[in-house]
Amino acid sequence: MLRLEARPAPSRLFAWASPVLSLLITIAVATVLFIALGKDPVRSLTVFLIEPFNGLRSITELGLKATPLILCSLGLALCFRSNVWNIGAEGQYLAGAMVAGGLALWVTEANLGLNRWVFLPLAIIAGALGGAAWASIVALLRDRFNANEILVSLMLVYVANLLLNWLVFGPWKDPKGFNFPQSVSFADGAAIPRIITGMRLHWGFVVALLAALGMWLFMSRFYLGFALQVGGLAPAAARYAGFSSRSALWTSLLTSGALAGVAGAFEVAGPMGQLTPYVSNNYGFTAIIVAFVGRLHPLGCVLGSVLLSMFLIGGELAQSRVGLPSALSGVFQGVLLFSLLACDTLINYRLRWLPAAPRPGAKAAQAAGATA
Amino acid sequence: MLRLELAGISKQYPAVRANDRVSLCVKPGQIHAVLGENGAGKSTLMKIIYGAVRPDEGSIYWNGREVQIANPQVARGLGIAMVFQHFSLFDTLTAAENVWLGLDKSMTLAEVTARIRVVSGEYGLPLDPLRPVHTLSVGERQRVEIVRALLTKPQLLILDEPTSVLTPQAVEKLFVTLRQLAAEGCAILYISHKLDEIRALCHHCTVLRGGKVTGEVDPALETNTSLSKLMIGSEPPELAHRPAQPGAVALAVRGLSLAKLNPFGMTLADLALDVRAGEIVGVAGVSGNGQQELMAALSGEDTRAAPGSITLFGQDIAAASPRKRRHGGLHFVPEERLGRGAVPTMSLAMNTLLTRTGAVSRSGWINTTAVRRLAEDLIKRYNVKAGGPGALAKSLSGGNLQKFIVGREIDAKPKLLIVSQPTWGVDVGAAAQIRGALLKLRDEGCALLVVSEELDELFEISDRLLVIAQGRLSPSVPVAQATVAMIGEWMSGLWPGNRPQPGASAGSAAVGQNTEVHHAAA
Amino acid sequence: MNETALLIAAMLASGTPLAIAGLGLLINEKVGVLNLGAEGMLLVGAVTGFAVSFHTGSTVLALGAGACAAAVLAAIFGWLVIWINANQYATGLAVSLFGGGFSAFVGVPYVGQKLGAPVTHAIPLLGDIPFIGPALFRQHPVVYLTVIAVAVVAWFFYRTRAGLVLRAVGESPESAHALGYKVRLLRLAAVLAGGALCGVAGAYLSTIYTPLWVEGMVAGRGWIALALTVFATWRPARILLGAYLFGGVTMLQLHLQGLGVEVPSQFLSMLPYVATVVVLVLISRNPIWLRANMPASLGKPFFPGG
Repeated sequence: MLRLEARPAPSRLFAWASPVLSLLITIAVATVLFIALGKDPVRSLTVFLIEPFNGLRSITELGLKATPLILCSLGLALCFRSNVWNIGAEGQYLAGAMVAGGLALWVTEANLGLNRWVFLPLAIIAGALGGAAWASIVALLRDRFNANEILVSLMLVYVANLLLNWLVFGPWKDPKGFNFPQSVSFADGAAIPRIITGMRLHWGFVVALLAALGMWLFMSRFYLGFALQVGGLAPAAARYAGFSSRSALWTSLLTSGALAGVAGAFEVAGPMGQLTPYVSNNYGFTAIIVAFVGRLHPLGCVLGSVLLSMFLIGGELAQSRVGLPSALSGVFQGVLLFSLLACDTLINYRLRWLPAAPRPGAKAAQAAGATA
Repeated sequence: MLRLELAGISKQYPAVRANDRVSLCVKPGQIHAVLGENGAGKSTLMKIIYGAVRPDEGSIYWNGREVQIANPQVARGLGIAMVFQHFSLFDTLTAAENVWLGLDKSMTLAEVTARIRVVSGEYGLPLDPLRPVHTLSVGERQRVEIVRALLTKPQLLILDEPTSVLTPQAVEKLFVTLRQLAAEGCAILYISHKLDEIRALCHHCTVLRGGKVTGEVDPALETNTSLSKLMIGSEPPELAHRPAQPGAVALAVRGLSLAKLNPFGMTLADLALDVRAGEIVGVAGVSGNGQQELMAALSGEDTRAAPGSITLFGQDIAAASPRKRRHGGLHFVPEERLGRGAVPTMSLAMNTLLTRTGAVSRSGWINTTAVRRLAEDLIKRYNVKAGGPGALAKSLSGGNLQKFIVGREIDAKPKLLIVSQPTWGVDVGAAAQIRGALLKLRDEGCALLVVSEELDELFEISDRLLVIAQGRLSPSVPVAQATVAMIGEWMSGLWPGNRPQPGASAGSAAVGQNTEVHHAAA
Repeated sequence: MNETALLIAAMLASGTPLAIAGLGLLINEKVGVLNLGAEGMLLVGAVTGFAVSFHTGSTVLALGAGACAAAVLAAIFGWLVIWINANQYATGLAVSLFGGGFSAFVGVPYVGQKLGAPVTHAIPLLGDIPFIGPALFRQHPVVYLTVIAVAVVAWFFYRTRAGLVLRAVGESPESAHALGYKVRLLRLAAVLAGGALCGVAGAYLSTIYTPLWVEGMVAGRGWIALALTVFATWRPARILLGAYLFGGVTMLQLHLQGLGVEVPSQFLSMLPYVATVVVLVLISRNPIWLRANMPASLGKPFFPGG
């Protein structure tokens, strides 16, 4: 019989192999699904796995989608390591998008004629403020009233969505937009500068990579980063050391809110160029998966973001080229996370064949035991 | 005919051979001790007898017939009952419900409640079946466990370290109960590392060391020294104990009162004590009487104390954080190693950063080379057996991790060191090293406050003794003038001028329970 | 008068899925398992129920199918969390995310489809009493079954030995294991039962309450149900009360929108979510009281054999 047996020390090999293994499992499941849906599995897998890397434009699109995922997942990795379960990054993303969008609208309508390079830091500040403010509600309610941050942050996602809805259906609706729920298009200067002309990839991608580097330094080389992680791994040890759980709560939530807000700002002022109800592609939730696939490590978050961007783009391509519904990529993301959680056990346990042959005298024991 | 016979029992775990061809014979009506230090394999052996663990080799014979004990139900069916060291109780349920859950389905709750009253009266174990367990003291909880075992009409009763939660007087009462049981024909397996108790109570003793049987003796014919030799393989180490030279008052506690933080805790009432430089003050007490709350208040994990109630060399630290207290020279070794004294999944090197921030610059940058060097240094100087400074804290044995943590705090050159349960779950060799290190620190002029549930240890290293009971502190007494009997009475709150609350120490048992769980994890 | 009666009736209907899901989560949490996958299980139950109802026309089959589909998801969750000891929070989130993706994918062909014409239900005689009749006795049978279910669960947990055992497992799985109880199997049973109930709640939403399928139609009710268990301090009767109150809040905002109140509809739609936050804040303020009522092992992994 196959049994799980505890390892004396966690396996370094599997800490790295687990995400790879779970990707392979997901591919296997995907193949089965494609066949069940009557689609050519080889073609479909190519669309999902190869096409997104095919050519310069495709690669820039990967980078474009990876940008918000990197930013959001970095913040979530910090939160989860600190045992602060901020599930509402989506809401903080939207809040950042709204504040940055509002700034862009004001710049547009006031005809300030700004340069994109001037707008970039402004957008970052606006997005960070919006996201951090939204996250601070969660922090405040947990700090003062002990309210569970999972549920509060989630409820605030629905509230943020409705708020955005109201803005684009109401006060910020483009009067010349044929009554569509969208804002005026932002002026050319109220946007994020592109890296390569003609491609949609913008400098926000570089900002995201720098943020990943900064987060890595913070987590591994700064005392505050150390303190936050101790708080997540062993709260009693954190109290013993004198690390304030309150400061851990606020630091992780404000940081993660700010990062998510900047992601929202980049999306709105970058590829979208206006505010609509579809500002988010569920990035805030996909980022949760990225964070886990990336082992809550900044480098892993970058790699995981590329992986999940591939899924997202693959889903879009599959819809147009193979006729598969784009909702399929959501299924694959879920399967990826499930298989990751299952494969992660192999880090701390190993599979062994243990003989289960009946022992002599077993029947006698059962007879004796049956007097219970 | 033998009640229970174990022949050639062996059990291998990934890193250690817990039992190595162990043989054991228990007669009906015999009180049989199993003696061994921490890690000798006693718990594993008992788990095998009780059915929680299957042996890799060997046979078990019950009343002459060979049996396979596949699980605890089978063991219970045979007539084996066990009272664990770490209680299997449910705090929010009543005593009767707890007992009922431990029995197989034959009786209703009402029948069980009635039987509890009968049995507890018969064996001198007073117990109110309708009280929720979280309101019971640790000693009362043990009675629930024992009554639960007795209700199964056992032919073999196994007791695992039963006296660690009892005052000396309560230990005597337990012995009376056990002798009564044995006289009725029940065989008793008594697991302990306390030599005096085994010599006072038991008819026969099997000694385990490193998973093997090193001796089978009649305890009445042995001395503590000879038993010790069998248990640890050599003479117990002698500690050099020079008389104390107390200096300035390092720690002064006056009128410390703290309301309990959780419903299962203990309120502290008007505590006062002094610790001077160059002396060791010991605090005795049964677990769950406020030790944890006092430690949290002194270490800075609880900062609710009234201003002025705690001073360090004259400075008020009642509301100071642990970091500020460390800057003032106060260092603390907590009773839970894994999870509080060290982060289990972090390396020894990173674990030094919990209380030693010398390698951290003003801006917060960590000098990882310096951190590693400190850990290497500690490992060498304090004889810590570990795979290097990068080894994870949870990969160390209890004794080695304790040596590392104690070393980490001593190396900080504290002016006041507070230690809680310095040698719990630690093997005899490491325990002696730790006690020696504490005495050396005292001789160098440091003030020490040691809280321990092991009276022997406190008598060995303290200069003055206090007792904590029901959240109150007794006056202090020089060790030379204290006797075990006197301290035992004080542990029940009976020191001059104090009136203990009726119904024994209530409400703090869960705190003690948590202690035990943390110890087990180490 | 009539309007208030209809409002009450709507409140009961609207609160019923919350009550069913909340009851399922209560069963999970009583044994110490925190199920953040409720939203996903509700979605899976909803899409399955709709599909089955669409193809067979039978509501009973739809509810059963919804229960089974969610139970399958619950089995995966249970295996990961109970045997593999994966982090309960992360696994629950995975279930919710997967459930969202899966239901969106499976539901694609059913968007915009209609089920058979809605049937009105009324208890004879009782349904005709003025005011109370329309208010209470003209509901779909599932609403009454929910009330009965709550009573049954309460009786089970507080009056039977099996219920006591489950409560003990939630209090201290280590102690229960030491006493010889099969903790992992018991927890799995509770997880499956809880998941099935979430599935029923989802199927009720898509086949009875608003007979249609739209991606994400559960709209956060799974999360609200989680908040409900805290609000109800893990007691079945209070789950019912809380569910109806929340149903009332949801109805209130529709009522206000219908009255043409001068507040933008989006803000009114925020009411249930804001109400959830307010409730959480009020309930969580006293950590000592919360700790005394919460199953002690909630959310923590259990390792038999230490």
